[in-house]
Amino acid sequence: MIAVLGVLTEAWGEVRVHKSRVVLSLVGVFLAVFAMTTVTALGLIVAQVQQEQAERAGGRAATVSVSAFDPATGLPPDPEEWDAAVAGLVERHGIATAATISWADGLYRLPSGTRLVSTRRVTPSYGSLHRVVPIEGRWLHEADRTSLSPALVVNEAFLAALGVPDLSSRPTVVLGGPRPVRAAIVGVVREGYGDELVVYRIDRSGGPWDQPAAAGAGAYQAPPSLELWVPPEQADEVVATVRNDLQLALPGVQVDAWRVDSEGMAETLAVLRLAIRGAGVVVLVLGGLGVLNIGLVTVRQRIREIGVRRSFGAGSGRIFAAVMLESVCATAVAGVAAVGASIVLVRALPLQDWLGQGIPLADDPGFPVAAAVEGLVAATAVGALAGLLPAIIAVRARVIDAIRY
Amino acid sequence: MSLLSLTGVRREVPLPDGSVLPVLTGVDLDVAPGEHVAVVGRSGSGKSTLLNILGLLDTPTAGAYLLDGEPTDRLRARRRARLRGEVFGFVFQQFNLLPRRTAAENVAAPLLYARGRAFLTRGRAAREVLDRVGLGARADQVPERLSGGEQQRVAIARALVRRPRVVLADEPTGALDVETGARVMALLTEITAETGAALVTITHDLSVAALAGRRYRLEAGLLAPLDAPADLHAATAARTGTGLVGTGQVGAVPPGEAPA
Repeated sequence: MIAVLGVLTEAWGEVRVHKSRVVLSLVGVFLAVFAMTTVTALGLIVAQVQQEQAERAGGRAATVSVSAFDPATGLPPDPEEWDAAVAGLVERHGIATAATISWADGLYRLPSGTRLVSTRRVTPSYGSLHRVVPIEGRWLHEADRTSLSPALVVNEAFLAALGVPDLSSRPTVVLGGPRPVRAAIVGVVREGYGDELVVYRIDRSGGPWDQPAAAGAGAYQAPPSLELWVPPEQADEVVATVRNDLQLALPGVQVDAWRVDSEGMAETLAVLRLAIRGAGVVVLVLGGLGVLNIGLVTVRQRIREIGVRRSFGAGSGRIFAAVMLESVCATAVAGVAAVGASIVLVRALPLQDWLGQGIPLADDPGFPVAAAVEGLVAATAVGALAGLLPAIIAVRARVIDAIRY
Repeated sequence: MSLLSLTGVRREVPLPDGSVLPVLTGVDLDVAPGEHVAVVGRSGSGKSTLLNILGLLDTPTAGAYLLDGEPTDRLRARRRARLRGEVFGFVFQQFNLLPRRTAAENVAAPLLYARGRAFLTRGRAAREVLDRVGLGARADQVPERLSGGEQQRVAIARALVRRPRVVLADEPTGALDVETGARVMALLTEITAETGAALVTITHDLSVAALAGRRYRLEAGLLAPLDAPADLHAATAARTGTGLVGTGQVGAVPPGEAPA
């Protein structure tokens, strides 16, 4: 115990006495660990943003899209038959998340006049399948099906067209057609390009405005498609099974099923992470070389001191440990400082806004603990490696000459 | 029983051209506890080599070195290091204080390698020894701010802080002026006598050697008794008039050849 305390005391004493040299040598390690940790953390956030952007478009891995229509008329199957067939399919195969989406034209009475907007009629589960995170308000939920006022989730362009800045005034909009109804805007998402209006509405509700006749003459409604969230390794099997099952359940209806998520995303992100990690390691090695260089130069200048310590009774092991620990202590402190600075930087900057065009992440990765641990381990390892050569030189020094001259 | 005992000790140094330089050719020396022994000799005569062997910093090529009756040639490196720290205190010609550490930190440095209570109370012990050598008020000064004499007194305090049984002093006055050297030697002799430590001094200064109870001359790798008190007194008296302090050189130093 005393021996360990002695080595640590000696190493710390050296670090304290040689502050300038230590600080100088640690600038490289600090910057390297800071860069590596920050780049790793940023990489994870970038990867998360990329993944969520891809999932917002195509669904999570693996999403299988299913559509059904009568090949003779092009019309969708009877809603009740479709619902029963889907319910049976989901229950039979234990599918965790299934969402229905269809596109329908909607007439919205905006201050600038009534506009026809292609509206996405979706089930609430569409939100989790596509990682939809409103920047204001909420997403659709089951209770919206029984609401007397249709609930809408719109984009910022729609809100601007309505002439309201946010949801604080509980804005509403009148849906035109044979049975006009005032709809409540319950959430805002950041989607669409330029002035494109985006509207999400619950897939169906019991109100009279939602009956087929209420859609108005000429109003277009596309056949619904079903999206299933299944394990990626079972996606191909599910595609075949779903097609077969639904065709049996819906005679005379053509069923198509295909995978819609970005299949190569996991591999792409793995390559991205690997590249980032590789860059970090290169930076760290360069920093370590700086420490090694200064360590080698200074240990030669300290040969006399090492000889004197030998005369005090310091053995080879003790000299080796002291020189080595001096390096490790210093780089570990630099590592802690670098990781701390990296956390402050990554958390302080609005990175998610910059990288994700202001769309909040559904799963905020936070500051990756792995990056922090890696940074500390890397700093300590660099200290050990950079201290190794000077420690060997110190042990092999000719003590007699060191003391005498 | 002798504390230190050398019998027929030889030390040869291999040279780059493959030949061998005999430094010590058969040294016999016994040092008893509390004894003061001086070894004088010209530069390059092997004085420092002898001291390094005594202090377990070097090993003989041949011959026997017994420490407390125990042969040292069979000691493992770790035990040699421990004995070096526990048994010996070193005083060097160039002081060899650790730069940028205070006097107290320098004196406490050997106790970093001690165990138990000695390690834990090293700061207090260092200040007590510094008080004893008259530098209590300068304990927090770094060596760079101390005079040569003060630095050597710090070095003496450092050599004594672990209460060694033997103090090995290598030209302890070599870097000091005559008066300061005399005071430092008087202090060293006095303190080692107080603590009961043996003192082995190697020097080229006859007046320093004159303080020792036994004196030897190292020449041609051999140790021979230096029994010429008349010469010693004559040399020192001629130099200082005190009969104790002087800079008389041992042996015939060729003109122009400076002592180490």
